[in-house]
Amino acid sequence: MAKGDFQVKITGQERNFSEAIKGRILVFTIFVIISFSILILRLWYLQVVRSDELRSMAENNRMRVLPLKAYRGKIFDRNENEIINSRPSFNLSLTPEDVKDMDRVLSVISSKIEIDREKIKREIKERSAQFQPITLKRDIHWDEVAFVEEHIIDLPGVFLDIEPIRNYLYGETASHIFGYLGEITKIQLDGLKNSEYRLGDFIGQYGIEKRYESILKGKRGSKYVEVDATGRELNVLKRIEPDFGFNLYLTIDVELQKEAEGLFQGKNGALVAIDPRNGNILAMVSKPSFDPNLFAGGISKIYWSNLVSDVYKPLHNRAIQGQYPPGSVFKIVTAAAGLEEDVITPSAIIDCPGYFKLGKKNYRCWKKGGHGRMDLRNALIQSCDVFFYTVGFRLGIDRLSRYAFGFGLGNTTDIDMEGEKSGLIPTSEWKERMRGEPWIPGETISASIGQGFDLVTPIQLANMIAAIGNGGTILKPRVVSKIETTEGNLVREMKPDVQRKLAVRQENLDIIKEALHGVVHDLRGTGRASHIPNIEVAGKTGTAQVIKMKEMEDRRDEDIPFEFRDHAWFVAFAPFENPIIAVSVLVEHGGHGGTAAAPIAGKLMKSYMERSKGKTS
Amino acid sequence: MDSKNIFKYRLIANFDWIIFWLTIGVSVVGVVALYSSGWGVNHESNYIYIKQIYWIFYGLAGMMLILYVDYHSLERFAYIFYIAIIVTLVAVTLYGKAVSGARRWFSFALFTFQPSEIAKIIIIITLARYFDDKKIKGPYRIRDLIPPAVIVLIPAILIAKQPDLGTAAILFFIFLSMSFFIGINARSLFILIILSLVSLPIFWHFMKDYQRNRILTLLNPHIDPLGSGYHTIQSEIAIGSGGYIGKGLMSGTQNQLNFLPEKHTDFIFSVFAEEMGFIGALFLIILYIIIIVKGIDVIHCARNRSGSLIAAGAVSMLTFHIIFNIGMTIGLFPIVGIPLPFMSYGGSSLVTNFMVIGLLLNIKMRRFKDMG
Repeated sequence: MAKGDFQVKITGQERNFSEAIKGRILVFTIFVIISFSILILRLWYLQVVRSDELRSMAENNRMRVLPLKAYRGKIFDRNENEIINSRPSFNLSLTPEDVKDMDRVLSVISSKIEIDREKIKREIKERSAQFQPITLKRDIHWDEVAFVEEHIIDLPGVFLDIEPIRNYLYGETASHIFGYLGEITKIQLDGLKNSEYRLGDFIGQYGIEKRYESILKGKRGSKYVEVDATGRELNVLKRIEPDFGFNLYLTIDVELQKEAEGLFQGKNGALVAIDPRNGNILAMVSKPSFDPNLFAGGISKIYWSNLVSDVYKPLHNRAIQGQYPPGSVFKIVTAAAGLEEDVITPSAIIDCPGYFKLGKKNYRCWKKGGHGRMDLRNALIQSCDVFFYTVGFRLGIDRLSRYAFGFGLGNTTDIDMEGEKSGLIPTSEWKERMRGEPWIPGETISASIGQGFDLVTPIQLANMIAAIGNGGTILKPRVVSKIETTEGNLVREMKPDVQRKLAVRQENLDIIKEALHGVVHDLRGTGRASHIPNIEVAGKTGTAQVIKMKEMEDRRDEDIPFEFRDHAWFVAFAPFENPIIAVSVLVEHGGHGGTAAAPIAGKLMKSYMERSKGKTS
Repeated sequence: MDSKNIFKYRLIANFDWIIFWLTIGVSVVGVVALYSSGWGVNHESNYIYIKQIYWIFYGLAGMMLILYVDYHSLERFAYIFYIAIIVTLVAVTLYGKAVSGARRWFSFALFTFQPSEIAKIIIIITLARYFDDKKIKGPYRIRDLIPPAVIVLIPAILIAKQPDLGTAAILFFIFLSMSFFIGINARSLFILIILSLVSLPIFWHFMKDYQRNRILTLLNPHIDPLGSGYHTIQSEIAIGSGGYIGKGLMSGTQNQLNFLPEKHTDFIFSVFAEEMGFIGALFLIILYIIIIVKGIDVIHCARNRSGSLIAAGAVSMLTFHIIFNIGMTIGLFPIVGIPLPFMSYGGSSLVTNFMVIGLLLNIKMRRFKDMG
């Protein structure tokens, strides 16, 4: 009964409500009518009554809103040394609308300042908005500034505007890491729909500058100015200050980097030094290099075409983009695969007569006459080819390549830089797919000592040797460790990123490590040149054949034309127990790894050890 | 035909196509205005109108979603939505993306999301639910309105702190309007108005300087023609210089020369009125009035009290948005960031407004007792 009551009550109330609401709807409707009438009346007042007055105000609107460039974030190294900042520069600009005689103005300017008059005229013609200023020349010299200020009366529409320009304090040092800025291209602008960028803006085009563009760039401000009939700024009415971009802290040690680059005096090649404990890149060299400062104010045509047409490709970051055969460094992979797959034991002996016979063909060992009886340790120390031909042959290409992939070869390391290459580790399926031909056993022989199809990048080998040094952990290498605001508040800190563990048992890894120690410390080791007093080092040499030429094989290095000489590799880590640095060094056309690359690695590691010892004590 | 199909058929038969097409119509006008606002100089905002078209489709999807669910079910889950939005609003103040000093957005990979927009719908439904639970005989008194006031106040304060005074004010007006529709006695209404007047100085005290300036310059924009008065003056010049028939699309100098601030969001009406003139502006306002009148009709014909209440909230929300936004561009209200429904660029606001239309259509569709 109670329930029934309730329902009756509700319907009763509903009925009352629907009666009552009619009145309220009326009130609301009246409110709407009045409000909209006021809106319409006001519109009438503005658009009809005051229309002429406001139209002339619109026509005489001599206010301009000019953009103020944002301050790009600074970049620091691991020891908080400032390496990239911004400095003020003068740009020569012109507002086309305010110029009556363009030819005259341009000729006055070009009597002192070198400008491309044809290009400027063309650009002005293409512009839809004639009241928007156009930059004639960036970063002009101080005596050019003085000239413009002196002749300002003859130059209506011309003005100087100050904007921050990128300043690379260490010049060419680490140019491939830092990258450079360039004026945003039309294509980029179209690709970046609805962004804050405008034509004429500078944007990171390479390296860190590109990768971290969104973090570094900051936010543009604006300046409201009143101008006279010739467009000259009469006074600044209001400024909205631009925002600073965030600062980046790199893992690079800029002093070590400088030293590393010094070690490449007169050589081309690459070097990667990495901290095996966390994947921090300590130094990354690619030679030849370029000066990013030349890009900061817009690069000149001549310098750009020189850079692009240079046969040694200075813009190419060899450390992550250079793909080379790994040569004997690859024997580490073959050794690990052989042990893991039980095709050899640590003590198994293979005889090296100086060649390996497969079918009718003889595959030669680098040492004429052979090494004789070799076990795994000695084969690594003396880099015996025949030993590893045998192991590789027993494994077959697909088992061998599986381990190469496991060590991170054949894939990018995913370092936080642009344009990394993946190198190439062949499989039988790959050859079938790419060449439409079956795999030939003889190709396995080449692959087992890192020749043939195999291609790796210096960063891959550095990361591989780091993983061996740290006990089998593949980390993602990185160059940026943290991001801060200008006030020093932490925005983001990058934690070490473990990719995976090597699929190699600890005892096998230890056998290989011990052998790599022998490469540097054993009397017959090929990497003795990287020896550092009082510090235990482990490493591996490699010599990557550039081109096979029968006639060259017996010549001494000095007698072979430069471009046909082999590339020299050396990878190493130190100290042997608990390493704090791992390096890979590649010297293009340097000849033997042991003589050309190992000393560079040795010097760099020594210097780093001394530096870090100095810091801890 | 089985009963389910009859049910569906009758729902569709009761669908209000006029509201639907008017909404689409205004949205299309908005896209045209956005296209014009991005024309020429501002290369980078040229794509905004395309994004807006995408958002219209998301909005339609949101509307369908609301249509599909009986509004009684929405009401049933009102408190859960309410708690979720409070949590989201707290989160956005802590972790949201800051744009020119205001933390209103969540930034996702492809878009940013502004929870205060969706909050408006949830508040409407929650208030309806509350009044439904607490039915009393006779008109509501001031003390009966305290709990629903708290319901509105919590999100309103969170939103005001972002700071987004405009949206907070809209919430307050939605509350006032729904309270009016539920029925408060004359004395209480009087007290409420007195209270609001008394609280103005208190509000004033808590306002930031720039917010105070905006109110002062409203009274006389020429106090500070380049500071807080700049936007008002430039917007009035834009609208006024449009005259009777306007300067034509893509030809508004105030628009093209970038004198108009925030021209694709808060000041889209100024762009439109400059280029299409008084005739165009009047046409647009008439479209809005028809939408509102059709909405008021939904309040009237709703099946029950809760339907009427939700419809009242929805209509008030749209009405206040339109009045405040247009009023702001013509110098009648201080400049607070309130978008113009279906015209202003912005995904969250567009989707929310479509959902509000969805609510109205929903209530109208289900206005007969025998359906669900």
